[in-house]
Amino acid sequence: MVQFYQTHLDASFAALSDPTRRGVLEQLGRADASISDLAEKFHMTLTGMKKHVGVLEEAGLVTTEKIGRVRTCKLGARRLEEEMRWIESYRQLWAARFDELDKIVEELTRKEKADGRKKRK
Amino acid sequence: MAARNANSPAAAQNDTKVERTSDREVVVTRTFNGPARIVFEAWTQPELFKRWWAPKSLNMPILSVEQDVRVGGSYKLVFGHDASQSMAFHGRYLEVKPPSRLVWTNEESGDQGSVTTVTFEEKGGKTLLTLHELYPSKEALDVSGGAADALPEQFAQLDALLASMGARV
Repeated sequence: MVQFYQTHLDASFAALSDPTRRGVLEQLGRADASISDLAEKFHMTLTGMKKHVGVLEEAGLVTTEKIGRVRTCKLGARRLEEEMRWIESYRQLWAARFDELDKIVEELTRKEKADGRKKRK
Repeated sequence: MAARNANSPAAAQNDTKVERTSDREVVVTRTFNGPARIVFEAWTQPELFKRWWAPKSLNMPILSVEQDVRVGGSYKLVFGHDASQSMAFHGRYLEVKPPSRLVWTNEESGDQGSVTTVTFEEKGGKTLLTLHELYPSKEALDVSGGAADALPEQFAQLDALLASMGARV
């Protein structure tokens, strides 16, 4: 799990290391925008902006959706937090189940040992 | 999470670890202080299974467990406070290899079901259990989760569905 988040954090930090990408996030914090809007605002080619958005998307910081011929970008920064919450509630369920299962396994193991002793006598 | 156990070395309690290995997969591991044979039994004998699958913290008692534990055999788990407000989980066993491997489908949500694989590895009288769930999509994993807080929501959905079908439960 640590490794999983490490990879995510690495991707997030790599994405944030570039001033254009930070600018894009700031921009998207104000309003959703298409890739061509962003390219224009940051005086870049469409291909260049696509690459930046791709890096942000990879890191889960931005999500994009294609409607017709326009790809709209929006902030997706909550992903990491949501995943952690998901994992924690999932873990709680299994930990609670397994604590109960533990008791049964130990009870049956003890019983089996006791029965085994009886048989040997 | 791990820190909590590290602070109480006296506790013999083993750690439950959860890892999302991909967008569609989640893996849970836990060691049990007993042989694989016994742990496997607790997953495949309804009377034993019933005692741990719905812990109190889930706040959702288990009403009945039916398990036909053989390849192609089906299972059905009914949860609820009473029969008028219950929901069933069901599916089929794809692999049954006592005491080391159990694979089943989760079909309550139709095509969007996940496949659960549980392996039991015995070492020195202890058993390492690995539970792997594979979902058909990231979305399916996100909404399902098997998570405790997902259940009441599913209940509400079920209620609505039953009402719309005019079903008698």
